[in-house]
Formats: sequence, structure tokens, C-alpha cells
Amino acid sequence: MVEVTLWGSLGAIAGGKSKVEIEAKDIRELFRKLAEQYPGFEPYIDRGIAVAIDGTIYRDTWSKELPQGAEIFLLPRLAGG
Amino acid sequence: MAGVAVLTTINGDNVEYLCQPDETLLDVLRDRLGLTGAKEGCGTGDCGACSIILDDRLVCSCLVLGAEAEGRRVETIEGMAHGDRLHPLQQKFLEHAALQCGVCTPGFLIAAKDLLAKNPDPTEEEIRFGLAGNLCRCTGYDKIVRAVQDAASVMKGA
Amino acid sequence: MNFDPRYSGRNFTSVGTRPIRPDGVDKVTGRARYGADFNMAGQLVGRVLRSPHAHATIRKIDTSKAEKLNGVKAVITAADLPDLTDGDAAMYDILDNCMARKKALYDGHAVAAVAAVDARTARQALKLIEVDYEVLPHVTDVDEAMKHTAPLLNDAIFTEGLEEKPVRPSNVTKRTQFGHGDVHEGFGQADYVVERSFKTEQTHQGYIEPHACVASVSADGTADLWVCTQGHFVYRQHCAQLLGMEASKLRVTSSEIGGGFGGKTHVWAEPVALALSRKAGRPVKLVMTRDEVFRASGPTSATSIDVRIGARKDGTITAAEATLRYSCGPYAGMWAEIGAMTAFACYRLENVRTVGYEVLVSRPKTAAYRAPSAPMAAFAVESAVDELAKEIGMDPVEFRIKNAAQEGTRSSYGPVYGPIGIGPTLEAAKNHPHMKAPLGKNQGRGMACGFWFNFGGQTCTDLNIGMDGSVSLAVGTVDVGGSRASLSLVAAEELGIAYEQVKAVVADTSSLGYNDMTDGSRGTFSSSMATISAARNAIKILRERAAQMWDIPLDDVVWEKGHAIAKGEKYGNLAALSLREIAAASGKTGGPIAGHSELVADGAGVSFATHVCDIEVDPETGATRVLRYTVVQDAGKAVHPTYVEGQYQGGAAQGIGWALNEEYIYGKDGRLQNPGFLDYRIPVCSDLPMIDTQILEIPNPNHPYGVRGVGETSIVPPLAAIANAVSNAAGVRMTHIPMSPPRILAAIEAERGG
Repeated sequence: MVEVTLWGSLGAIAGGKSKVEIEAKDIRELFRKLAEQYPGFEPYIDRGIAVAIDGTIYRDTWSKELPQGAEIFLLPRLAGG
Repeated sequence: MAGVAVLTTINGDNVEYLCQPDETLLDVLRDRLGLTGAKEGCGTGDCGACSIILDDRLVCSCLVLGAEAEGRRVETIEGMAHGDRLHPLQQKFLEHAALQCGVCTPGFLIAAKDLLAKNPDPTEEEIRFGLAGNLCRCTGYDKIVRAVQDAASVMKGA
Repeated sequence: MNFDPRYSGRNFTSVGTRPIRPDGVDKVTGRARYGADFNMAGQLVGRVLRSPHAHATIRKIDTSKAEKLNGVKAVITAADLPDLTDGDAAMYDILDNCMARKKALYDGHAVAAVAAVDARTARQALKLIEVDYEVLPHVTDVDEAMKHTAPLLNDAIFTEGLEEKPVRPSNVTKRTQFGHGDVHEGFGQADYVVERSFKTEQTHQGYIEPHACVASVSADGTADLWVCTQGHFVYRQHCAQLLGMEASKLRVTSSEIGGGFGGKTHVWAEPVALALSRKAGRPVKLVMTRDEVFRASGPTSATSIDVRIGARKDGTITAAEATLRYSCGPYAGMWAEIGAMTAFACYRLENVRTVGYEVLVSRPKTAAYRAPSAPMAAFAVESAVDELAKEIGMDPVEFRIKNAAQEGTRSSYGPVYGPIGIGPTLEAAKNHPHMKAPLGKNQGRGMACGFWFNFGGQTCTDLNIGMDGSVSLAVGTVDVGGSRASLSLVAAEELGIAYEQVKAVVADTSSLGYNDMTDGSRGTFSSSMATISAARNAIKILRERAAQMWDIPLDDVVWEKGHAIAKGEKYGNLAALSLREIAAASGKTGGPIAGHSELVADGAGVSFATHVCDIEVDPETGATRVLRYTVVQDAGKAVHPTYVEGQYQGGAAQGIGWALNEEYIYGKDGRLQNPGFLDYRIPVCSDLPMIDTQILEIPNPNHPYGVRGVGETSIVPPLAAIANAVSNAAGVRMTHIPMSPPRILAAIEAERGG
């Protein structure tokens, strides 16, 4: 079980929660389960969500493991110059 | 429209071409003669990327008609090095990394060559105002100014 | 495989040196080929017809007269680019932006295009196209567009992210929110509170090379595209999707690129050129004019930002909040969202909240511009921070140092920071001689901090070792400012050979696997990671070949300083084999030697900078002069320090232009009034002083050499640093960027009058 912190706008979709608990071993499973539990997340996942694990932002490494006790933070996937 | 026959000298070579009366020298160089070193950044004489030397005078080739080159001497970036020996300005631009994307570089080199021909020992301020007709968006000009200063001292010593 | 990207301290041989770039000679001799420098046999000239209206319904387009003109080979409208986006809203916006479908949404929006035998015929043909417009009301100002009374630009847009689903459409596409703690409580603890509103005007990336491409579509459905772009693989994907092609049948070659800064991450003309070529059956060259570049490509957001920050007497910030409104052009974006994330990223805050609003306006589609959205947010926040320090009576550097984020701080956008450089850049600025230099009359000093995330992403690199021992490095990230030099240094470092033995090229889309764009300061970060990985894979093969040549076990062969060495006393008499020797024998030991790497370079380290500048203001005219400018920034590890300095200086110069001069000026008719370099004035050589740089190296733990991206952060602090300097010089707080002479004069006069 990992605790996942949502950014403000995503929290609103999760019924005002800023944190949710999910049983997931890696980013791929996290997204799958989030979409199952919160169908409203799906367009956000399609658009791109980045996952910060202990402060390091992962944008594409869906195989990245989610260590127990790690701080998991969801962020919008960004555009750059 | 009937073409205009032009006989001119480009980088020391005699060159003949036909161009339209409303065609710029920049278009002639790039599209008819394959000399694509001069770039079109604006087409209105604001950016200096198409700088060439026409009878010892620095001009934007986008503001000169191809027909106006008749009987005159044109110097472009393609004529700056002697064979495989780079001009000191070219060498110093490389050493100082005075270019990033490099698209303004031919114009800057031509403008700097013209500047040093007229003022072999310019101050920093004279370099900055001498090159103020050329836009660079990458470097902030710092390394360009230093490269020109360095080239000037090398050329004086030569 | 099994590549370990973690940082490990080492002594470098090649990395950190300053050799001449491999593409340099071509660029100083005029030989380098940019977008417009390429031609194909039988090529036609493409031209685009653009809307003169800021907002208009397109009732009908009659192209029949243009089609009949001698020399015209194809005329296209949106009908020739059918919607194949299959519900992908972002791609639909790109398609609509390439060629208006039902409505023209800004002055300069493409409505039709022609391909003709020469430019003159193409221009004549454009004049023969008849477009029947129904002109609609428009809105170009971000605050005006948010009002209920504003003309609606898209009646299918209902604001996303509101607690209650809106019943009426709006020009606000989305509301986003970030932060933590309780700002209400935080402000309750504050002894001082500063509250200010700020505006910034729209600017353009201002690359000197206009967009240019040559497209050639064959009757068998295959195609070639030569184009100046920051990401040829992304262009291929987008063009293939919009034209209904298979990506593998479209080969995209990136030309040398004459500047991008985010502006060449987006297709505009390329799908149009391909559609023209497909219809005409001949290659088409399409080059934008400068006027088109300004009217229809690029720009960054115009913004309106409110900031409120509170602090105790001892200088501790107790709460910070900001509301950020960013213009997106006529299509949804996430520009305010990025501003909201970056606004307070430099600080350690217990209570912080930012809210962003994405706003549609009748202007070109906003594109990324170097650390997109961050400079405007930093301008507002860093101005307020300076004012707050002044109210408390603290030195602005000390105030920032006291509140700076550090390792373990929860960032204002959410995650907790690893090792970061904001504190060290502030300390370095504080100790810099610039801080102690005397100032004259009407002169002011300003400073500001800046943050950018930096990206990684999908990356692919091939490293081929020739039989002569020279190394070809094929990378897929476009080189926008010297990355071929830095990547050659990395390959040389890893293999233990000379820099000159490596030649790096940017491969086309058919020669290498997919790569994300060169954006988000990712070019050197990502491709160096892939290069290190590829080199390590090649070294394994080199060791295998040496083991074979010696006929000893692989485990007994190590790689050191460009040589295979037989390890252990029993091999005492075996002379080391150089890379050249192993390469020369490769035909007899198993064939070509190469290392490949396909990876996702994640874990880009965030980057911080502190800038200091001195400005003189003429109180009679409002004119300004930049007297001195210093950039301090964390590079993680500077691979080629000269090009790192170049990024610092270039970002600062762009920021100076933005702060003092550059702005899109729209008339009441919604038309852009200054679409040229004469009236949209970017800094020239005589406007600037030398720009001092100081590179700090706080290693990124997620890169083998500690590299962080360096390209973007340098544009984040200048708006604020200059605003603080001008405010100090003029004795009045400047709240509207650019601080052009009329704005400064008006502020001074308002202060005198009031």
C-alpha cells in the first residue's frame, strides 16, 4: 500500500481528498488502479501525469517501482521550451 | 517579366546571371547562385543575417536588387576563408564559442570584417555599436564581442 | 540494458574541457544548411493565405481563380486536411491551428495555401483566393477575456477544475490549484504583508531563422520532410497523424536549426507543405516570412498575476499565495498551470497556495518559450519578495537566504526536494564582487531567483566504432546550441579516447529510434545518459573482442583509458590493446563493433539560478541602460563549460529584452501592429554589457556525471531582477512588463504627482 498525494485539481475529482491509498507496485499499476477507482482521472492520465517519487520526477518510466514508505506525488506532465 | 542580365564580381570571381528586375540580391545569391551562407531572417534590413560587402560597403543584401550588382564587387561569407585557412575572425568565433545556433554567424562575421577594415583597433563600445545592425538571439553577444576583440589583436600583430 | 543512471563521483578527463564544436567550421564558412538552405529538383514554392481578422467565421473560400492561374500547381484549404484526429483534442487544435476550419481565430491564422512554380506566381495566386468572412467580436487582453461580457471564442469550452460544473461556456478553459498548509492561518501569523498585482505582455521567442521546410510526397505514399525543428521525431508523429500516413513512411531530417527556444516544438507549416506536395505531386518548399513568424507562430502568454506574501518581523515567510491568469491564444493550454507550479518553487513555505486560470484570447496559439510560464510568475513573486524584504528592513539577499528551499523542503508544487542549488546560488551572489560595487546617481541594483524543472524523456543513441578506431555518434536530440560538442566529450570520456576521435551527428527519423524533442533543457542531460549507456555497451563488446584476441576469459579483461587490459599477474607480458587495435581486428573477431541505447532518461534534476543586475534610469525620458549583469546558476556538471556559459548569457539577454522592450502590440481591430524586428525590438549588441557567469556544480543524483539541464533556467530571473533594479533606481515599484520608457516615465510621474 502506498500513499499518493494529489495536486489540487486532481484532489477535487477525488472528492476533495489530497491523499489516496493505493495498492500498487509500480507506476503502471498505480495508474491502472487510479483509473479504476476514480474514473474522473482518466482524461488526466491520458493527457499525462508525472509521478514524483521521493522528489524525483518520473514522466515516462511506468515500470518504476514504488518503494514502501516513499513519498509519491502526482503532477501534471509539463511542456518545455 | 523579362530578366535582367548582370555581370558582376563575387568573391573575386566574374559571375553572370539573369534575374528579375524586382529580385533581391539575397534571392539571387541564394536561389540562383547557390550561395546560401547569407540568410534571410527578416527581409526588411532589420536583422543583418544577409550582410554582404558591396564595393567596400556593408549592406543587407535583402535591401539590394540583384540588378544593382552590375559592375560591382560582392563579398560574401563564402569568400572569407582562403582555401582551407580560416580568416582570424572565423577562427576566433570558433575558439570563443561566439555562436550557438549559428544562423546569424555569417552576417556577424561579414559585419565584423567590415568593422575591423575601417577600425582595426576598436573599443568594446565601438564593437558593440559596429555590430548593432546584426541580431543574435542565442549568445547575449558577450562571446561575439570577445571574439572580435581577440581577432582584432591577432590581426594587428599579423 | 541494466544501465545504472546514478551519480558516481569521478575525475573527468574530457568532460569539463572546452574544445571547438564539431559543426563549427561549417557554421563560420556559411556551409551549414538550415531550413531554407535545402532544395529539391522540381521544387515548388508554397505560400500561405492568412486571416486579416482576429475572429471571423469562414463562410466560403473560392479558390477557382487561383487554380486557373498559370504556374499554380495546387491550392489547399482545410478540406484538404480532413480531421483524422479521432477525438484527440490536442491534435485537433494543432490541425485547426495549421489551417483554420470553421473560424479564423487570430490575425494571421492560416486559411488557405498554394504551391506554384515561383514565389511571384504563388503571391499572385494568394490574391486570387476569395474568402467570405463574417467578422465576429474579438478579445485580446487576458483580463478582458475573463469577463462575463467578453466575446466567447469557443462556445464548447466550459471551465474545467471548478467545484461546481459551470452551466455557461467561458473563455477560461481550466482552473488549477497547487500548494499545502493553510494560507489563512499563515497570514494570521504575519507581521508584514505585501499584496500586489502585476502584468506581463506577450513576447516571441524571436529565433533569427524563420520556420522553413521542404516536403516531398511520392505517389506511393512515402514522403521526405527537411525541416528546422527542435524535435524531428515528434514532427514526424504529428505530421503522419494529421495526414493519415504511417510514421515509418515519412522520413524527417532535421536541418541545422537557427534558434528555437520552444518555438520550434510545434508544427505549423509542415503539414501544410506535405498536403501541398501530395496534391501537386512535386516537392514543395515553404518558408515563413518574418511577418508570418510573428503573427502566426510562437508567442508566450500575456499574463495578469496577483501575489500576496506575509512574513514575521524576523524575516520568516509565513504564507504566500498567487492567482495567475495566462493567455493561451485560441486553444486550451496549461500555461497558467506551469506558472502556478513554479511561482514559489525557490522558497521553503509552510503555507502556500497558487491558483492558475488558462484564458482564451484572439491571439496566436501560445507556444513554449524557454522555461515556459516561469519568468512571469517569478517576476511577480520576486518583486513582492523584494518589497517585503524592504518593509521588514532586511537585505533582499539575506531575506531570500533565510527562506530558501533546501534538500528536504516540500516544494510549493508538491514533492520534497533532493539536493538543490538555490541556497548556494544565493550565497555565491551575496559574495560576488558585483554586490559591493558602488552605484551612481539614478542607478539601481536588483536581484532575483529562478527555478525550472528540467525534463528527461525518451532517448535513443547509436555509437558505431569504425575499423580505424574513430567513433560515429548518432543522436536523436536536435542540437540547438552545441550539444554535439558536449555529447562527443561524453563519448570520449566514457570510452577513454580523444574528443577528436568522435564525430557526432543528428540522425534522421529513419536511422534511429524515437526521441522526444530537445525541450525542457533535456538535450544534453538525456542524450548524454544514452551516450554513456551506449558507450558502456560498446565497451563490453570491446572487452569481449580483446578477450578473444588474447584467448583469455572476458572477466579478466578490464577497460581503462581507452585500452583493454588483461588483469592479473599471469598476463604480465600482454601489452594493453587500444580501441584502435581492437577496431582494426574487428572484421576477424565478429564484425562491426557498436553500442546502442534506448532509454527513458528520467530523473532530471531541478535547477535554480540567482541573477544580479545594475540598471540606470533616465528620470527625464524613462530610458534605461543595463550597466552590469551577473548570472549564478547550478549546472549539476558543466560538460562543455563555454556552452553552459552561453546558455546562461543567452537566457539573460532574452530576459532583458522581455523586461525592457519586447511586447506584442495589438490594435483595437485585433491586428498585430508590430510584426517585425524594427518595431518588436530584441536586444542588440549595443544594448547590453558583458554578462558575467558563475557555474555552480551540485551533482544531480540521477545522472552518472551529475548533469542537470542548463538551457532554460537562465530566462527565469531576469524580468524580476531588472524590475527590482529599475524600481530601486526610479524609486517607484514597477508592476508592468516590459518596462519600456513610456511606462517607466508614467510610473515616475504618477509617484511625483501622488
